[in-house]
Amino acid sequence: MSTIAALPGLVSLVAEGTDNPRADFSDTPLWLSLVKALIIFVYLLVSTLLVIWFERRVIGRMQQRPGPNRNGPFGLLQTLADGMKSMLKEDVRPKAADAFVFTLAPLITATMCFVSFSIMPLAGEVSMFGHTTPFQLTDTPIAVLLVLAVAGVGIYGVVLAGWSSGSPYPLMGGLRASAQMISYEIAMGLSLVAVFLYAGSMSTSQIVSAQSGLWFVVPAFFSFFVYVITMVGETNRLPFDLAEGEGELTGGFHTEYGSMRFAMFFLGEYINMFTVAALATTMFLGGWQAPPGIAAINDGMFNEGWWGLLWFTAKLWMFMFVFVWLRGSLPRVRYDQFMRFGWKFLIPATLAWVVLVAFFRAGQNGWLGGTVDVAGRSFPVVSLALVGIIAALALAGGWMWDARVERREARLHPHVPDEIDPYAGGHPVPPMPGQRLREPSLTAPALTSRPDTEEATRG
Amino acid sequence: MSNPYVPLLILLALGFGFAALSVGTSLVVGPKRYNRAKLEAYECGIQPTPRAQGGGRVPIKYFLTAMLFIIFDIESVFLYPFAVAFDQLGLFALVEMVLFIVTVFVAYAYVWKRGGLEWD
Repeated sequence: MSTIAALPGLVSLVAEGTDNPRADFSDTPLWLSLVKALIIFVYLLVSTLLVIWFERRVIGRMQQRPGPNRNGPFGLLQTLADGMKSMLKEDVRPKAADAFVFTLAPLITATMCFVSFSIMPLAGEVSMFGHTTPFQLTDTPIAVLLVLAVAGVGIYGVVLAGWSSGSPYPLMGGLRASAQMISYEIAMGLSLVAVFLYAGSMSTSQIVSAQSGLWFVVPAFFSFFVYVITMVGETNRLPFDLAEGEGELTGGFHTEYGSMRFAMFFLGEYINMFTVAALATTMFLGGWQAPPGIAAINDGMFNEGWWGLLWFTAKLWMFMFVFVWLRGSLPRVRYDQFMRFGWKFLIPATLAWVVLVAFFRAGQNGWLGGTVDVAGRSFPVVSLALVGIIAALALAGGWMWDARVERREARLHPHVPDEIDPYAGGHPVPPMPGQRLREPSLTAPALTSRPDTEEATRG
Repeated sequence: MSNPYVPLLILLALGFGFAALSVGTSLVVGPKRYNRAKLEAYECGIQPTPRAQGGGRVPIKYFLTAMLFIIFDIESVFLYPFAVAFDQLGLFALVEMVLFIVTVFVAYAYVWKRGGLEWD
């Protein structure tokens, strides 16, 4: 986090010469930036109010109950009511807490969650009060790096909240949360490298326009897969909400918080969800651009101006639904499982993927030999060779995996006879599923006299 | 617009203003009826453990994770300019970057072997 924040000078040095943001802000006076900032701010707040209601309603449906439906139509004002209520609550600061840091931590979280959205392109060029301006607050050559840096600063809110509470549960929760977030930040950062390779830029507007032909979710599918997993880990959402596992840490880092200070953490969590979803949309799903079928209608009339906001919002809410869906269907993972998955699978796999994409890209650029024609289309030789090698490796790996699983199965479930003698151990045992009980024989030692006498009379 | 970071600061100020205002308002508006039990650390109703000097000790695992994070974070920071300028840099950069990744991977394999990635 801090290391990323310390290096933009170096990166911008490299990036400045090669690319610049596509978004053109020459017709954007400062007051218009102020208006746009206000619009984005309100957009985020309203989205948060809606998504909390949406989450509770959808979770409710998934659990066969209605969810909040009292305040306003369909319960839409529920979140507002909750916010007002927490505003009017007593603000308790424990005696052991560090007074300054305890107040600072929620402020850091609530402030930093807004900042990343300034570089998200919500739509293309729109006309606003007589000016033509991109619907994006700002863009820089290192825009995506900025999102990661801001996310890094946001972690401080969690760490400081846990530390400053002066109580064991928050301390453990804060430590866990920070370890979790930094671990998954690596995989997240690495998964984006493939997109930079394809787009040749870190500016979000440039990345969106590079996807006008093909969304990066197709060529960088594995990156998308890794990113979606890490974005759940980054935002502390189920199944990765280990920082606030109720069963073991009560509330985690915000155990001691109440009133509006707690609401700030809540707000931060939900806006962070929007931020990571917006980044996923921008990097992999074509940003504000219309879905392929609709984009072709009438010379792309749905693909410009204010329509972009609609597509962007739709894609964002698709991710919101995924977040809620995950929460509704998956139990929390264990901390060691979570860390093992992050460090032993996501990081090496993403690194390998980056190398692979680099080779594909080099093949496309024609640095590694010529091309061959297959079925009327020409492909670089190296790409085909790589695909062959990967397929062979995958087959071999699958075969080894299967063999291992079979061995483990055999070890775990030794052969169980179909028919058991319930009295073999000296006392009666019930049969396992699929087993039959052996009829009590005459030679078996009788525990009671009745079976014996029955056998005798029948015989 | 001259500096692209000015609008960013506007949004930052808006966010901070909102957060400070909300927290400040609740401090003013909310009731204040404190007592000794309320101000104690919450530990599910049992007597709070006395706080250790200097915040107490934390498991070394977290420190190790932070150290490893720095290694891989540096790696990804080096990968970014490489990825952005890939088309200009040419084959040399590809070879260099693969060598770099392999070198860092040696450290990774060592840490894995020594059990640095295990949690129990």
